[in-house]
Amino acid sequence: MTPAASLSSASSAFGALLVLAVIVPLCGLVPMLLCAPRRVEQVALLLLGLGGLIVGAIAVRVAATGAALDDVIGGWAPPLGMALRADGLSVVMLVMTAVVVVATGLFARTDRAAPTSAMPPAFWMLLMGLWSALNLVFVAQDLFSLYVALELLTFAAVPLVCLDGSRKTLDAALRYLLFALFGSVLYLLATALLYGAYGTLDLPQLAQHVRASGTPEPALVLALALMSVGMAAKAALFPLHLWLPPAHAGAPAAASALLSALVIKAPIYLLVRIWCDLAGPPLAAAGAPLLAIMGAGAVWLCGVMALRQGRLKLLIAYSTAAQIGYLFLMFPLAGIAGAAPWETIAWTGGALQLVSHAFSKAAMFMAAGLIAEALGHDRIADFGGLGRILPVSVFAFGLGGLSLMGLPPSGGFVAKVMLLTAAVQQERWWIAGVILAGGLLAGGYVLRVVVPALFRTGGAVAVAQVSPRRQGVALGLALVAVVLGFVPLQPIGFLAIGRAALIGSAP
Amino acid sequence: MSGSFSLSVFGLAGAGLVAIGLFGLIVQGAAFRKILAFNLLGGGIFLLMGVIARRGAAAGFGGDPVPQALVITGIVVAFSATALAVALLLRLQDAGEQNSAAVDDRDRAARQGDA
Repeated sequence: MTPAASLSSASSAFGALLVLAVIVPLCGLVPMLLCAPRRVEQVALLLLGLGGLIVGAIAVRVAATGAALDDVIGGWAPPLGMALRADGLSVVMLVMTAVVVVATGLFARTDRAAPTSAMPPAFWMLLMGLWSALNLVFVAQDLFSLYVALELLTFAAVPLVCLDGSRKTLDAALRYLLFALFGSVLYLLATALLYGAYGTLDLPQLAQHVRASGTPEPALVLALALMSVGMAAKAALFPLHLWLPPAHAGAPAAASALLSALVIKAPIYLLVRIWCDLAGPPLAAAGAPLLAIMGAGAVWLCGVMALRQGRLKLLIAYSTAAQIGYLFLMFPLAGIAGAAPWETIAWTGGALQLVSHAFSKAAMFMAAGLIAEALGHDRIADFGGLGRILPVSVFAFGLGGLSLMGLPPSGGFVAKVMLLTAAVQQERWWIAGVILAGGLLAGGYVLRVVVPALFRTGGAVAVAQVSPRRQGVALGLALVAVVLGFVPLQPIGFLAIGRAALIGSAP
Repeated sequence: MSGSFSLSVFGLAGAGLVAIGLFGLIVQGAAFRKILAFNLLGGGIFLLMGVIARRGAAAGFGGDPVPQALVITGIVVAFSATALAVALLLRLQDAGEQNSAAVDDRDRAARQGDA
């Protein structure tokens, strides 16, 4: 029996927490479907609390033991059974997801003062489905569970786009669904190829087989290419980003925050797993520059597109497509000879960029939603004097923008400095250039909004009141992104928990 | 007919379906054709999984059960995806008809733009 098989053939104590993290939001759908529509929101808020506690318990357990949490469902060990596993990186993803999901729930809660602005019951059900699917993506260990999780995620995310049922959002949702299905069907084909070549779907076992076989098999190369294209379509990586701006800009603010902060991160997390765990060093070294070139295209082109937008929500959506690009710059930088990926500064920088983008982008979409609600429009040209009307929302938007620009103090700053340091150390000057140019572009599009809002007097008139509570949620998330700027500038040990055991010693 | 021959036929047929589906998904403009192409592509993959199940069977078994379980789950997922896509398409059609019959199109468009 290989070490990987014995490694994941036993559940650790409290391993059942991983199952709970996936099924509690999902089981919550049953009472939500059965109870009266006005009670759905209360059930959802209860489940948000419960789910948050479960994720918190997982995080505390992994941090306390310094080892990954394993669960083998029903005692059936891979390759026949399925294993769940939360290592350091998964825990960071789980906690990020929980914080953003709970904050979105608080943001979307019905105002007693304005009960007409309540989210429909479908929103709360989709929120639960989304959370369950995301948790499964972050803990699943076999490729087919990951396929099912990605599909569940798509099915929960697509209806969020067209909650208002207008023609424009339905069109955006359909386009999103077609891109997502294209991505998942390529992923499924790759899964079939890998099973045919290696006879297992368990990621640690596959990684062992790949490393043992020496020269990469054609099926492996083809599968990696198919998965990369498929996940790039789901993550809206340039040049497959065309679906993202209408979908993310058309959704209600709470839904946009979820879609931009979390949903597109799931395929990226999967790409990290595939390239860093599965591919093996020689193939990873060959494939990484291609991913980085697409990432560079995203940073530049989508950054320029964000600069040209006249509407705030479209600007933020294009900025999401641009910020995604940074994550792909991580791949060549993390693959240096003689060190495992998770020991590099680029790995930490990439993880931090992913997390801080989630917080800052959720805050910015919420702030944009509040601005649109208060003004009745989101035309940037008419934002003069906005800072007087909605100081907290503009402040939250600006703080979120700090992280996108990479200015201190913010998580985005530390992340980009780490990536830049790695690029300079490895003398990959073009990547360093992309990071710097992307920061300037982000500065351009954030200041385009903040400067007129604060320093230009003008015709911004409030047509509706927005509650201080909802502004507070947006500000809270933006502050989390700022606080992330105080982590030390070095590889973080927590992110490496449980990774070395996953694929054996460093290559 | 020998086993390996029929496996090659099924394998090639699966690859052919995948190719047609992929071509349709990328080249066809209309959403409904894309949905059909997605189903062809999915069918091709399921056929390939069937071939893998036969080829991977050892120890006297007629077939490896794992890919068969995957195919069943995959069909359910593909069916749900198709249902969702067709439902969206129908809603889109309804919205289009309402739109053309609406009294004040411009107002509606402005409202959608601001939302």
